Amino acid sequence: MTAIDLGLPQLGGLAGVPTFDGKQTAKEYKTDQEVRWCPGCGDYAVLAAVQSFLPELGLKRENIVFVSGIGCSSRFPYYMNTYGMHSIHGRAPAIATGLATSREDLSVWVVTGDGDALSIGGNHLIHSLRRNVNLKILLFNNRIYGLTKGQYSPTSEEGKVTKSTPMGSLDHPFNPVSLALGAEASFVGRALDSDRKQLTEVLRAAAEHRGSALVEIYQNCPIFNDGAFKDLPTPTILKHGEQIRNGDRFLTRRPDGSLAFADNGEPVVHDVTIADPSHAFQLSRLDTVVGVFRGVTRPTYDDLARAQIANTGCLADLLRGRDTWQVST
Amino acid sequence: MTTVAPRRSVQKVDRVVIRFAGDSGDGMQLTGDRFTSEAAAFGNDLATLPNFPAEIRAPQGTLPGVSSFQLHFADYDILTPGDRPDVLVAMNPAALKANIADLPAGGTLIVNTDEFTKRNLTKVGYASNPLADESLSQYNVHQVAMATITRAALEPTGLSKKDAERAKNMFALGLLSWMYHRATEGTERFLREKFAKNPAIAEANILAFHTGWNYGETTESFAVTYEVAPAKLATGTYRQITGNTALAYGIVAAGQCAKLPVFLGTYPITPASDVLHELAKHKNFGVTTFQAEDEIAGIGAALGAAFGGALGVTSTSGPGIALKSETIGLAVMTEMPLIVLDIQRGGPSTGLPTKTEQADLLQAMFGRNGEAPVPIIAPRSPADCFQAALEATRIALTYRTPVLLLSDGYIATGSEPWMIPDVADLPDLSVKFATEPNATDGSGEFWPYLRDPETLARPWAVPGTPGLEHRIGGLEKADKTGNISYEPDNHDKMVRVRQAKIDGITVPDAEIDDPSGNARVLVLGWGSSYGPIGAACRRVRRLGMDIAHVHLRNLNPFPRNLGEILARYDKVVIPEMNLGQLAMLVRAKYLVDAISYTKVAGLPFKAEELQDVLIDFVKGLDA
Repeated sequence: MTAIDLGLPQLGGLAGVPTFDGKQTAKEYKTDQEVRWCPGCGDYAVLAAVQSFLPELGLKRENIVFVSGIGCSSRFPYYMNTYGMHSIHGRAPAIATGLATSREDLSVWVVTGDGDALSIGGNHLIHSLRRNVNLKILLFNNRIYGLTKGQYSPTSEEGKVTKSTPMGSLDHPFNPVSLALGAEASFVGRALDSDRKQLTEVLRAAAEHRGSALVEIYQNCPIFNDGAFKDLPTPTILKHGEQIRNGDRFLTRRPDGSLAFADNGEPVVHDVTIADPSHAFQLSRLDTVVGVFRGVTRPTYDDLARAQIANTGCLADLLRGRDTWQVST
Repeated sequence: MTTVAPRRSVQKVDRVVIRFAGDSGDGMQLTGDRFTSEAAAFGNDLATLPNFPAEIRAPQGTLPGVSSFQLHFADYDILTPGDRPDVLVAMNPAALKANIADLPAGGTLIVNTDEFTKRNLTKVGYASNPLADESLSQYNVHQVAMATITRAALEPTGLSKKDAERAKNMFALGLLSWMYHRATEGTERFLREKFAKNPAIAEANILAFHTGWNYGETTESFAVTYEVAPAKLATGTYRQITGNTALAYGIVAAGQCAKLPVFLGTYPITPASDVLHELAKHKNFGVTTFQAEDEIAGIGAALGAAFGGALGVTSTSGPGIALKSETIGLAVMTEMPLIVLDIQRGGPSTGLPTKTEQADLLQAMFGRNGEAPVPIIAPRSPADCFQAALEATRIALTYRTPVLLLSDGYIATGSEPWMIPDVADLPDLSVKFATEPNATDGSGEFWPYLRDPETLARPWAVPGTPGLEHRIGGLEKADKTGNISYEPDNHDKMVRVRQAKIDGITVPDAEIDDPSGNARVLVLGWGSSYGPIGAACRRVRRLGMDIAHVHLRNLNPFPRNLGEILARYDKVVIPEMNLGQLAMLVRAKYLVDAISYTKVAGLPFKAEELQDVLIDFVKGLDA
C-alpha cells in the first residue's frame, strides 16, 4: 500500500478493515450494470479513477461500501462491485454515519453532488464533518442540477442563466472547500476530473485519513453546464512540505496576513497539519488551488462512540431495577 | 416528637386518587413520583397521570404554569389514573383554580396558604380569597402554611430562606405519606442519593419531609388517616415503570433476544426524549445512541446501521414522523428491518407537545409517497410498552420491514406496576444473515430480492460477507435480482408483493373481553385508551349490563379474526383520541357500521365519560 506521508495519525483511515493478500484489478470493481451517464460526463473519469485506485488499498472488496444520495453522480454505487446503497436526496452522510459508527471493519465512501451535498443535504454534510466520522465524501461539483435537467445549483456562479433562472440566478455560491473548513473538517481536498493522477493522489490520502474526508471534484456536465470550469486558471497543486507554486511564481504572505503569488519574498511552505483551519481556509479562497488543504489528527466520532460500548450488561438485573416488591399467593 | 397524638380513626379504603398541583417550579412531578414509588413498594396497584405545560418555567403563579401529577392507587387491579381526585393538594391559587373543578363535593383539599396573597390571587383572576369566602364550603379543606412551616423547621440548617422554601413539596409529601401510612425510608434514601453531591440539601429535604409527616401526626386538623391494602395482583416480582422506560428496556431486550447490536439514531423531541435518555444509559448492552443533527439524520443513521446488520431504531413524536417519512419509504423499498417509535402528542404541527393524543394512526398507515405499507403496533399501557417493543422487533426482523410503534404521551410518562418477566421466557428473535449466493438460475450470483416463500422477506446480507456484494436503493427493483427496473409489469408486481408481505404478517388473534358472553355491543379500542375503556366496561357491567371489549395492539395488519368478531355484534363503538381514524380503517376494511366516539382534549378519556356513552349504546339497542 502506498500513501503520501502527511504526518497523519498513527491509526490510519483503513485500520480495522480486513485486507486482501491476493492481487485485485480494476475489473473486479466493475459491476455488470450498464453505465448510464451521458457521453462525455465527468463521472466516467471519476468512476474509472476510483475503480483503478481501490485495488491499491488491498482491502477485502466486501468490506467496502459506497453510499450515495440522489443526483447523476449518486448512481455511482450501482457501478461499483462492492456493497452499496443509493439512498435519499441529501441524506447519504447521515446513513453512512450510522453504518460507519456501527461497523469499524468497513471502509465507507459517500458519493454526492453539489445539489445533494450542499443544498438539500447541507445540514448532514457539515455535521458529519464536525463530528469527524470515518467517512470519505466525494463531492462531484458540476455547478448544475443535471438529473432534473438544468437548474442552477448552490455552486453555480451568480447570474447563472438556467431554466429556473431565466433572468440570471441571484444566489451567492458556496465554495465547498471553504464550507468544509468552516465546519472544521479534519481532511479537505480538491481535484479535477480531468487530472487522473492528481485525483488519485488526493483519493489515496483521503482513504488513509482517519476521520471525515471531503474531496471536492471539479467536473464538467456536457449537457447542462458544458465548460463548467473552462475559465479555470492553471490550477496550483498543493503538496505537503513544499512551496506552493504556480508557474514561476510562489505563494507568499503579505504584511497584512493575506496570501498572494509573487516572484520574491518568503515562500509559504504548505503544511496540512496546521491545527487552526484558517490557513487552509485562506488557501481555499485563492483561484484555483487543488490538492490536500488540510489533514489533521482529531478523534473520530465513530471510534469514540465504539469505545463507550460494551457487552457486559445483565438483562435480568436491568429489568429488575432497584425497587421491587413481591406478590405471592 | 413527644407530643401526645390525638386519637384518630383509621379508615380502610380500597382506592384513592391524589392529585398534587402547583407551579412548574414547585416540584410536583418529583413529589408525585416519590409517592408513586412508595405506593408501588407497598404493593398497591397504581396508575399515574403527569400533566405539565410545554414551557419549562411558564410565568410563576399563572394558570399556564400549573403542573400536576395524579396518582391512583388501590388494593385491586386498576386500569386508569382515575377520573377525579379524592385529595387535591394545591400549592398556589393557580393550582387551585386550574384543578378545583375536578374535585368532587366532599373531597379533601389541602392548600398551601402562603401563596394566597392578594397579588397571586389577582394574577389568576380571583376577586376574593377563596379560602376566606364560602366558595370551598363543599370540600373538606385543610389550610396549611407549608412554606412558613418548612422555613421555620429548616432555620437551624442555615439554608437560605429561598432554598428552605423550595423544600415545601417534601413537606406536602410528608403530610400525605402520613395520611396514607406510607413508609418513609424509601424517600429518605432517594433524597440522599439525589442530592449526594450536596448532603446539606439532602438533609434539609428529609427534614422538610419529616416536618410534613409530624404536622399530620401532631395537629388536630386531620381527623382520619387512611389505609389502602396491597393489591392482589398475579404472583411475581413487580416494579413500577413508565411507558418510555419500558419501551427502552424492550429495545435493550430485543437486541439481546436478537443477538444484534442496537443502534438508536434520534433527535430530542417531547415526549420521546426519555427513550433516548434511558437507552443512553445502557451502552453496556451493545447499545449505541446517536443524537443526530435532525430527525432525518436520526432515522438515516439507524437505517445505515441496519444495513450493517444492527437492530436500527429511531424514536420521535408526530412532527418527527413527518420528517422521517421519506426514509421510512426507503426502508420499505430496500426492505430492511427498522423500528420507528412514535410517542404521539397533540397535533397538528407543534400542537400540544406535553399532552396526549392518538391522531398519528393514519399518518403511520399512509403518510408516505407511493404504496408504502408498514406494520403498526400500539402498546396499551406503560408496562405493555416492553412487550410491544419485542413484538415490533419480531415483525421487523422476520419480515425485513420498518415497523411503526405508536405509543403516546399518556403511557409514555404515566406509570404502573410491571411484573418483571423472567429473561429465560423472552422470545428468541435471532436472525440468519445471508452467507451464500442464492440465484436459482445456476449463475452463482447473489439475488438480494429473492424472497422467502413463506414470509416474502428478502435476505439480509450485511457488508463484509464475501461474494454477496450488492447494491440497494430507492429506485424500483427488479424482482429477484434487485437490479434497477422500470419495467411496467415488474413495478406492478413489486408493489403488490410489498403489500402482500405486510398483509401476510402473522399476528396474534384479537381477544374478546366479554365475561357474560351475552354482549351485543362491542367497544373496539387501540393503544392507550385501554385503561379508560376497560374501566368503563367494568362499570357498565357492574350496573348489570353486558358489553364486550376488544383492544387492538396490531393495527396493520389487523388480527385475522377481527372481521369475524366485528360481525358478531349488533353495534361496534370505537372511542379514540382523534377524529375517528381507526373507525375509518375498520369501516373501509370490514364494511361495518362502526360508530366513532372521539375526544381530542390532550388528556386521556375519563372512565365515567365513556361509561355514560356506552350505557347509552347498550340501552339504545333495547329501545
